[in-house]
Amino acid sequence: MKTSRIVFFGVFTTFAAATVGLLAIPQFQFGNLGPVVNKDTGDVYPVNVGGYTAQGRDVYAANGCVYCHTQVVRNAQDGSDIERGWGVRQSVARDYIYDKTVVLGFARFGPDLANEGAKSDNPADAVKKTVAWQYKHLYAPQSIEPHSNMPAYRNLFEVKKIEGQPSPDALDLTGADAPPAGYEVVPTLEARQLAAYLLSLDHSHTLPEAPVTKETAKK
Amino acid sequence: MTETTPTIPTQASAPSDVTKREIGQVERALIDASVRGPVLFFYFTALTWLLGANLLGVLATFKLLWPSFLGDCVLLSYGRVWPAYMDCLTYGWACMAAFGTGLWIMGRLCRVALRKSAILIAGAVLWNIGVTLGVILVLTGNGRPAELLDFPGSVSILLLAGYLFIGTWGFSMFRLRRSGPDYISVWYLIGAFFWFPWLYATANLLLSSGHVRGVMQAVVGAWFGQNLIWLFLASIGIATVYYIVPKVTNKPIHSYYMVSLGFWSFAIFGGWTGMIRLVGAPVPAWLITVSVAAAIMMLVPTATFTINYAKSMKGCSHMVYHSPVLRFTLFGAVAYSISSLLLVFFSFRNVANYTQFGTVLQGENHLGIYTFFTMVIFGSMYYIVPRLVGCEWFSSSMIRLHFWSCAYGIGFFVMLLLVGGIFQGSLWADKDVYNVDAMQAMEPFVIGRCIAWVLLTFGHIIFALHYLLMLLRLGRPSGTPTLLETKEEHA
Repeated sequence: MKTSRIVFFGVFTTFAAATVGLLAIPQFQFGNLGPVVNKDTGDVYPVNVGGYTAQGRDVYAANGCVYCHTQVVRNAQDGSDIERGWGVRQSVARDYIYDKTVVLGFARFGPDLANEGAKSDNPADAVKKTVAWQYKHLYAPQSIEPHSNMPAYRNLFEVKKIEGQPSPDALDLTGADAPPAGYEVVPTLEARQLAAYLLSLDHSHTLPEAPVTKETAKK
Repeated sequence: MTETTPTIPTQASAPSDVTKREIGQVERALIDASVRGPVLFFYFTALTWLLGANLLGVLATFKLLWPSFLGDCVLLSYGRVWPAYMDCLTYGWACMAAFGTGLWIMGRLCRVALRKSAILIAGAVLWNIGVTLGVILVLTGNGRPAELLDFPGSVSILLLAGYLFIGTWGFSMFRLRRSGPDYISVWYLIGAFFWFPWLYATANLLLSSGHVRGVMQAVVGAWFGQNLIWLFLASIGIATVYYIVPKVTNKPIHSYYMVSLGFWSFAIFGGWTGMIRLVGAPVPAWLITVSVAAAIMMLVPTATFTINYAKSMKGCSHMVYHSPVLRFTLFGAVAYSISSLLLVFFSFRNVANYTQFGTVLQGENHLGIYTFFTMVIFGSMYYIVPRLVGCEWFSSSMIRLHFWSCAYGIGFFVMLLLVGGIFQGSLWADKDVYNVDAMQAMEPFVIGRCIAWVLLTFGHIIFALHYLLMLLRLGRPSGTPTLLETKEEHA
């Protein structure tokens, strides 16, 4: 009888300690981080934007993007993320405070997306910052990167007959990806949300715990 | 594989050794009869999920190579098929099989015949409905973006309801025990049956509540994923090894003191290792340091475990050639010892900088679920099923084929994930390697995984067929267990 009580007590207390240590204490420490306000400029970061951007995160989550794309820039000592041009500073906990569903990601079978929407001086990157590019890349990734292993998310678009004037958002497609004559490919609501979300991703704002220095910004 | 049980103290004051032994046999037959239906049902659904998971796993690997394979249907895109595969494998196969083996061992060691065991089947049915719904929801894009927590909160309630029956029956066996508190396997089983609902309920509650925001969700996810595999499944696996190896070799556990040290260090440090999955993530450094330290401390229980099964094997190593039970179990046990070392290795910051965000995490998950746990469970199934259906495994060649295809298949698979992960990390670390080129360079590893899948599929189909034959009572008549080689052949 005695042994069984010790075992029950043991498995309870040991695991309770681990739960408190790894969940409760961190939640207490940084679970309620708030935004940073710059007293001089009145500038607030991060900003809680709802609407399309927040809904786009759900589209991102629903399609399992996290299994191939991360949204974490590691610091310059820990990896080549900054050298690769994926960001100008490391990502910190404050960057994610308004994420209802956090999508840090588990693996990089594609590039990191933490700064997909951030301004870039690199002309090759700057082209990605348009909605049209995002739509085209989601619909037919191989039309932009012939050897990309990204799936084509055709479900986010619809092929419809052109009635009157062509839609302004119709995708500019060529070759095998192009719709039949008289038809056009237009984004659905989900595609609009997802593109808005991707273009909102930006971890380049300077923060006290992760300042953007001239040195990192140069890269 | 004799049926003698020198470790079970019998209270019946039998007049002679013969009758004492007979009483024991009758008692075990009664206990087996009481759990026969549920355990066989658990195994049946588990194996069905294993085959389903296999199909999804193959598809996910193909999709990584040819994203337009089978068309651009989003239901079959990698980002949905991969989590569905992991969930089938973990909740469908591993958990169901864990409950089956766990309950059976609990019954044997506590010497309790289960009453109203049909309730267990109800629990299993609920659980299976939950997994089915969950997988459908993940494939249709309603999942959560958290590894191994992909099922939406509503589905997790179904799983917990199913577990309620299973766990309650497990604990009630312990409560009504006629012996058992001193068996180490029972300790681990108590731990596992207790930790699972805590883990699963807490993680789901926190993620569904809306109070946990931002990176804290990743912390919850890492804590859950690591503990599900290396605490819950590992407890059941270790309990099984501690039960099966002494039984088959007919030797008692080597050192009671060491086993008890192993259990308590496992319980104390086991729950703390979760954050080694987040090295480099934007969380406070102390969290990761604590987990790395815990992972190092976990080498203590692993060492005691290793010494114990190694000592039990001393002088009995020839039995690995004959006994399929021992062969599978030992393969899994050795895999556990190795994986504890690998977990520590991959958690060091200098290594993790390369291996994070690659296939190494998948490799670690597969080390736990597949190389260790699945192989141990296969071993236990080879031991348990004949005792439940009353006939012996039909063919030793089928067992041999199953073993070798699984051993090579899973060995290759995990190695490709780990080595491929290091390679992938080194490519990403080189800033001059362009994104798409890095992914293309990974292709040989993915193709290698396809070959491993062929072996695994072959092995699983053979075992599922073999199990079906046993269910239909088409095995060899009872008497001597099916051995892989006769002793003369080997000598």
